[in-house]
Amino acid sequence: MADKTFFIDTTKCTACRGCQIACKQWNKLPATETHNWGSHQNPADLSFDTFKLVRFSEVVSGGKLNWYFFPDQCRHCLEPPCKDTAEGYVEGAILKDEATGAIIYTDKSRELDEAAAEAVRQSCPYDIPRRDKASGRLAKCTMCIDRVGNGLPPACVKSCPTGTMNFGDRKAMLELANKRLDEVKKQYAKAQLLDTDMVRVVFLVVDDPKVYHKFAIARNDVGISRKLALRRLIRPAAALIAGLTMAAGAAAENSRSE
Amino acid sequence: MTNHWIDLANSDCILIMGSNAAANHPISFKWVMKAKERGATIVSVDPRFTQSSAKADIYAPLRSGTDIAFLGGMINYIMENKLYHEEYVAYYTNACFVLDKSYSFKDGLFSGYDPKTGVYDKSTWKWDNDKDGIPVKDYTLKDPQCVFQQLKKHFSRYTLDKVSAITGTPKNDLVAVYKAYAATGKPGKAGTIMYAMGFCQHTVGVQNIRAMSIIQLLLGNMGVAGGGVNALRGESNVQGSTDQGLLFHIWPGYVASPKASETTLAIFNEKRTPKTKDPMSVNWLSNLPKYSVSYLKAVWGDAATPENEFGYGWMPKCDDGKSYTWLDLFDAMYQGQFTGFFAWGQNPACSGANANKTREAMTKLDWMVNINLFDNETGSFWKGPGMDPKKIKTEVFFLPCAASMEKEGSLSNSGRWMQWRYKAANPPGDAKPDGDIVVELFDTIRELYKKEGGAYPDPILKLKWDYTTNGQFDPHKVAKQINGYFLKDVKIGDTTYKQGTLVPAFPMLQADGSTSCGNWIYCASYTDKGNMAARRGTQDKSGIGLYSEWAWCWPVNRRIIYNRASVDRYGNPWNKERAVIRWTGDKWEGDVPDGPAPPMFLADGKPNPNGKYPFIMKPEGFANIFGPGLADGPFPEHYEPLECPIEKNPMSGQFINPTIKQFGTAHDKRATCDPRYPIVGTTYRVTEHWQTGLMTRYQPWLLEAEPQQFCEMSEELAKLREIKNGDKVIVESARGKVVAVAIVTKRFRPFTIDGTTVHQVGLPWHYGWMTPKEGGDSTNLLTPSVGDPNTRIPETKAFMVNVRKA
Repeated sequence: MADKTFFIDTTKCTACRGCQIACKQWNKLPATETHNWGSHQNPADLSFDTFKLVRFSEVVSGGKLNWYFFPDQCRHCLEPPCKDTAEGYVEGAILKDEATGAIIYTDKSRELDEAAAEAVRQSCPYDIPRRDKASGRLAKCTMCIDRVGNGLPPACVKSCPTGTMNFGDRKAMLELANKRLDEVKKQYAKAQLLDTDMVRVVFLVVDDPKVYHKFAIARNDVGISRKLALRRLIRPAAALIAGLTMAAGAAAENSRSE
Repeated sequence: MTNHWIDLANSDCILIMGSNAAANHPISFKWVMKAKERGATIVSVDPRFTQSSAKADIYAPLRSGTDIAFLGGMINYIMENKLYHEEYVAYYTNACFVLDKSYSFKDGLFSGYDPKTGVYDKSTWKWDNDKDGIPVKDYTLKDPQCVFQQLKKHFSRYTLDKVSAITGTPKNDLVAVYKAYAATGKPGKAGTIMYAMGFCQHTVGVQNIRAMSIIQLLLGNMGVAGGGVNALRGESNVQGSTDQGLLFHIWPGYVASPKASETTLAIFNEKRTPKTKDPMSVNWLSNLPKYSVSYLKAVWGDAATPENEFGYGWMPKCDDGKSYTWLDLFDAMYQGQFTGFFAWGQNPACSGANANKTREAMTKLDWMVNINLFDNETGSFWKGPGMDPKKIKTEVFFLPCAASMEKEGSLSNSGRWMQWRYKAANPPGDAKPDGDIVVELFDTIRELYKKEGGAYPDPILKLKWDYTTNGQFDPHKVAKQINGYFLKDVKIGDTTYKQGTLVPAFPMLQADGSTSCGNWIYCASYTDKGNMAARRGTQDKSGIGLYSEWAWCWPVNRRIIYNRASVDRYGNPWNKERAVIRWTGDKWEGDVPDGPAPPMFLADGKPNPNGKYPFIMKPEGFANIFGPGLADGPFPEHYEPLECPIEKNPMSGQFINPTIKQFGTAHDKRATCDPRYPIVGTTYRVTEHWQTGLMTRYQPWLLEAEPQQFCEMSEELAKLREIKNGDKVIVESARGKVVAVAIVTKRFRPFTIDGTTVHQVGLPWHYGWMTPKEGGDSTNLLTPSVGDPNTRIPETKAFMVNVRKA
């Protein structure tokens, strides 16, 4: 069964923001009101209305100036802590799509109260989940599973001109990522792939991941709490299976209507 | 471009200078990154560290306005270290020409300068001819009077110390760039330059490009895959607009417009047609009368006859010695010299240098027609900041027009590729395509002339005007006329071309009125084989990304021009793996060759009597290292920008370009080496906005990413002015001021210029007062209305400002 993976090669990223804006367009997300806060990074952070964000950092390394670009998005973890956490509160709020492995936030996420939603966000090693205050709905990158299900690449991948954004079957993407890592390592000794075994969105960087973004790699002070872990064990298995079949319907819900 | 976008991938060294291609031509970086993957070295030279610098292997900073110093240093490095491609330089360029003894250069001035007029008498900028009228040559390049030795002498002054003092570039950065780039002088290696407004928008703009062209000739990079001189154009069809002669000084196909003193077609043709005595020079432009007559037939149709010189008398002429460039037009508007104005698909209130002058000039108009997609600072100039509508008499008409995807037609990209586009959607409401607006306007004007007469009705009434189908503008009819027709049966060689058929290519055009052609360089674009620009063949037979069956490029689908220089004199490619053309023994294969003539030497080593020199567009057949045709010199020379931070030019006693013209209105203030404006200012663009932001400031997703006017500055300058990142600042020049948000960044560093610390800041020019509310106004409020003496493009890339916290 083909499961999907992104390979994001930051050595090729030019911060053109094609991905950031293609995501807005495909998902019909509204533009938020921004002001220039002293950076080209705008909006400043991911939000309920911003699933894909190019992060900018100026880093002096070895006496040389670098300007790193990090096109941040949900990692679609293989074992998503957000899903584990949410399941402790509301079944079906977060699902994993069987065909692609995409982690999907459904309309049921509205039923998570503020504290539960915060717990979901805190459980994410990459600080991805965002909540709409009014409706309580959670939102993030959908892996464009409506596009992918129709044989098209995600919008961000389609728009990328330089080959930074790559998407395909996991095996092929990991081969590509490792091949590229070997090439890049010749020039950059610190080059590495980030959290490869944990995620479906594998970033290639050439410096300490933290200089790209605080949450470029998984923070290690997260995971589901003991209380939630116990709640998970007690829940009937049937509910878990039911959750899988809801993934298909969730795709339609994820396109933000106007 | 002499080459094209995809060809970038073939390069061994890509110099990005005078451009931030990664941000402003983002798709180009697909090819740049491919080149990098193949092992190419990417070099970024820029006043600030940009997105292009972030992907480059080598970055070097330089003060805005010092490109000639930088490149002059590279020429010196190439000459001193003998890194030039000797065979190419000796046999393909005019480096071997021996200059007349009257040519000289001293202390910043070339021979023939008249300080009273500020104009050069160029008669001493010439080479000697032998008794047969053919240039005297020294292929050994040793004669002290030969171009090669004069070039060496001229640029020997551009030492590393001198260059570093002028540009502020550390010496080891200079050497790193020079070494990497000059390595492409090795036969078989190719280096390319990606440049844009950073080269052009200076009072030495054309000479900046000349300096780079000289480097490309020294290194043998013209005509080869991965080489060339590649201008990245700033609008999807600006290449098309210059090709079709929309600028005042040219007819379509880059034929210089007639002057008033050129009273007959015979005089016009004589002056435009270059001559040569050398039988080995193709001198392709000797065919010019065929193109000028065919053009006149395209314009006037049946009304153009041999008796009336094909309607030459009806063509508009420029007054001798008068310039009608943008800067001149707005100065004339300011002076009230004309009272009506079409602002068609442009936003001069924000796009032209010295915006206060432009905006005030508009108040003098009786009427303005503003044709655009959205309301803008030009059409609404009368309610802009500082304007009192009660005092302004201008009547403004706004005509909404269609966007590019709402109409059918072609766009010509930077690579000269003419690509046909179809209509994807209807324009909204009353918006019309430009073609239909032109048709409606002209039909009405013609009717008025018929009814009422007028000052000079002939050109209006006799114009060939049959470009509609069912009353609608028909781009196919225009495209076919641009290509051209046989107007009667024409026999050429063994073939008879029938009347009414499309001309296959410009070699078939005639000077006797039997052919028409709206633009000779586009001849072959729409033929009996069909609309070549609409082709979408995805096969690449060349192996070097020519994609010769995708769309069509001028001239005659030759993808890499000057490609006869990509082979040696026997027709063997300098680089066999990336050959553009090669001689098989009896013909050329590969790209369309630059002329069908065989190589200069036969396989047995004897000269081929039918062989020709490779640079067929030059009268003598050799590429110009010595360039006698420009207003400001046959060799580039560093002069300071009109406004600069230092008291004198470290290179010579000539401070600024001696041939630039300055205007004298109240708005034409200049402040150089002035303590009130001690900081170098420059302008640039971002990916998310385009030109004055007229279209993009109405797009919420784009505005979200870049919401307002900003000013990038170094941490050092911010500290001096007590400015924190994100603070509102006021940036001011002698001409105006803008409010901006400070982006305090490591990517700008202070320069050390001739021993002094000089700061530089940069702003985008995408904002205007109309929208968004906190967006800020145009950076052109700061810039000077002074321009290059050849093109008059304004010096919006280097001027002096001050910055303070708001």
